[in-house]
Amino acid sequence: MDAVLLAKIQFGFTAGFHFLFPPTTLGLTFIILIIESLYLKTNEELYKKISSFLIKILAVVFVMGVATGIVLEFAFGNNWAEFSRVVGDIFGAPLAAEGVFAFFLESVFLGILVFGRSRVSKKAYWWSAFFVFFGSHLSGIWIIIANSWMQTPAGFKIEGGRAVLTNFLEAALNPSTVERYFHTIAGGLITGSLVAAGIAAWYLLKKRHIEFAKPLLLISMTVFIIVSILQLGLGHAHSIQVAKTQPEKMAAFEALWQTQEGAPLAIFGIPDESEQKTHAYIGIPKMLSTLIYFDPNAKVPGLNEFPEEERPRVFIPFVSYHIMILLGIVFIGVSVIGIWLLVRKKIYDSQWYLKLLLFLIPLPYIANETGWVAAEVGRQPWVVYKVLKTADAISINVPAGNILFSLILFIVVYALIAAVGIPIILRLIKKGPEESVSEGY
Amino acid sequence: METWDILRNIWFILIGVLFVGYSILDGFDLGIGALFPFLGKKEEEKEALIKSIGPFWDGNEVWILTGGGALFAAFPHAYATVFSGFYLALMAILFSLIFRAVSLEFRAHDTKRKRFWEGAFVVGSFLPSLLFGVALGNVVVGVPLDNTMNYTGNFFKLLRPFPLAVGLLGLAAFLIQGSTYAAMKVGGVVQERARKIAKTLFFPYKILLLLVFVLTIVYIPEALKKPLVWVSTAFLGCALVVLYIALQKAKDTQAFFCSSLAFMSLWGILGAIHFPNLVKASNDPALSLTIDNASSSELTLKVMLIIALVGMPIVIGYTIYLYKIFKGKITVA
Repeated sequence: MDAVLLAKIQFGFTAGFHFLFPPTTLGLTFIILIIESLYLKTNEELYKKISSFLIKILAVVFVMGVATGIVLEFAFGNNWAEFSRVVGDIFGAPLAAEGVFAFFLESVFLGILVFGRSRVSKKAYWWSAFFVFFGSHLSGIWIIIANSWMQTPAGFKIEGGRAVLTNFLEAALNPSTVERYFHTIAGGLITGSLVAAGIAAWYLLKKRHIEFAKPLLLISMTVFIIVSILQLGLGHAHSIQVAKTQPEKMAAFEALWQTQEGAPLAIFGIPDESEQKTHAYIGIPKMLSTLIYFDPNAKVPGLNEFPEEERPRVFIPFVSYHIMILLGIVFIGVSVIGIWLLVRKKIYDSQWYLKLLLFLIPLPYIANETGWVAAEVGRQPWVVYKVLKTADAISINVPAGNILFSLILFIVVYALIAAVGIPIILRLIKKGPEESVSEGY
Repeated sequence: METWDILRNIWFILIGVLFVGYSILDGFDLGIGALFPFLGKKEEEKEALIKSIGPFWDGNEVWILTGGGALFAAFPHAYATVFSGFYLALMAILFSLIFRAVSLEFRAHDTKRKRFWEGAFVVGSFLPSLLFGVALGNVVVGVPLDNTMNYTGNFFKLLRPFPLAVGLLGLAAFLIQGSTYAAMKVGGVVQERARKIAKTLFFPYKILLLLVFVLTIVYIPEALKKPLVWVSTAFLGCALVVLYIALQKAKDTQAFFCSSLAFMSLWGILGAIHFPNLVKASNDPALSLTIDNASSSELTLKVMLIIALVGMPIVIGYTIYLYKIFKGKITVA
């Protein structure tokens, strides 16, 4: 097999697997911070119990995130050495900064969260929860800066075939950083809060730990509802930015083969690259133009505007983008019902809704992954938009066989980690909070 | 010297500092991992050992992640050459680190496969302790490079006398770091064992050191002309004399700090030999990657320096806080 394809599959697989954990961490650390704040304020033992329980789960999620995250820091050198050479002047700094500013912070204070409850004052413990929350969200900033720079590079010039930094702030706050950051963080908050809400729902359904489950459900549902609704605006802002900064990507998302005035918004369809058309297309007329330009007759560039060798493939971006949006709408629907049940104080007794929450847990993960796939595949054939093609970015001296070999190892090892890690988390949940409060050290 | 040159020199040193931080801090938990079956026999002894590194290991590991990131940012060509060139060796380190990262948490929860995860912890600690040195030895003694800065050898060509000796020396240093830490941090029978192991390891450590010196004279004779090599060596000598006495007198804290100082001196020697090279070309010195031809732009190095100067003092501050919170000996029931 071709080395470029293998390297792509390997990065997609390892980054995609890793991307299960950070969003969970983002959401959980936020819920933990809220609960620790309530504990600090009210001194209610119940909050301590809830938080300690969530911290145990966080610890398992976190180590899986660490284990799979190291891989990515190696990957740019292992498989993508030419990428590292061409854009290292800009791309390396955010990775190093993530370590200095965020990863140390997260790791050190997580040590205190997991082992140190009885060793520090309540205030210091709250600060530890805050720093773990802050560190994980800060870590996200640097990773999003690195990723966004690949999407909408800025603050550099090309010199001797290499990208050279000319303005750090412009590179860091490139045209897609802010939109992507808030959109991704919101995805993480939705994920973590739904995990917490699902756990609480499960206890309520099983009629176990009811006193514990009720506040957990209330807190996590509040976060879930607020962020799910906010995500509508955040996602929209990100889409507008994509349409303006990477129009061919938006054309792929919407399967807009030809430039159109009053372009429709695709609801369903099966894009066919060979015929350059979409089968079974259902769309809302003029909606895409309206959403992007606030003008129903605005012209939206189609794929035909771009040279063939610089167009993204359409099928995968189209399908994954639409799955993500569909899930976003599902979360809003679930939130609206949730508000109604909360207002009528019926949420704890609505068996069907609690069951729904439980079964919804996998969906934010699918939304995160499909959103990421849409963004990355939609950028192809570029690895750094209009600067470097993916095919020119791989290590020229690594034989395809080595990449295949390590890919197989990754699949085996990650399968093992998932097969052990997920049951561990499920067992922790089953065991419940009672036994979870241990001082550890 | 131009600003750019100064920055390149600073970054050569700063990356060294990150590696030293890693060797000293993660060094002790790597050492404990590799020596785990020898230090802990009964369940409660193992638990005590794990507890002694529990709140620390994750933060310690960030030193290498940051070191790798800094290498990428400051000297992207060196990062690209080493990580793609030493592909299989780096994969072995990578998979070790993956297993190691999950092993302790999984060991605690996945009781059916407790032994397996313990094994993962041991092997995942042992292999990097050995392979980091082998990789480093190769970079220092030189590897064949082409004019695109890429490595032209293969995995087996990395296994030469000098790199292997450096690998074993590094392993011995990690093991002493781990055993002196265990003697300092854990009480009872584990402490006794740790002291004994550290004492026993001192001899092979000395021999390996001698071997590396001899091989350095053979393969890198120009190293002897560099004054900083001798200064660091003198430093190492002092640290080792005090370490030896501390081990004999069972002064555990002193032994741990001397072991750390010795590790630092080893890096000092290596850095002094290697400077200004990053990856030496064995086929033609003109093809070597140095801090001049492999570095990032002046602006990037400047931005990175600001990041380091702002960030690292804070990191060191709260790392000290962490160690203070969890100070005290862990008793074995």
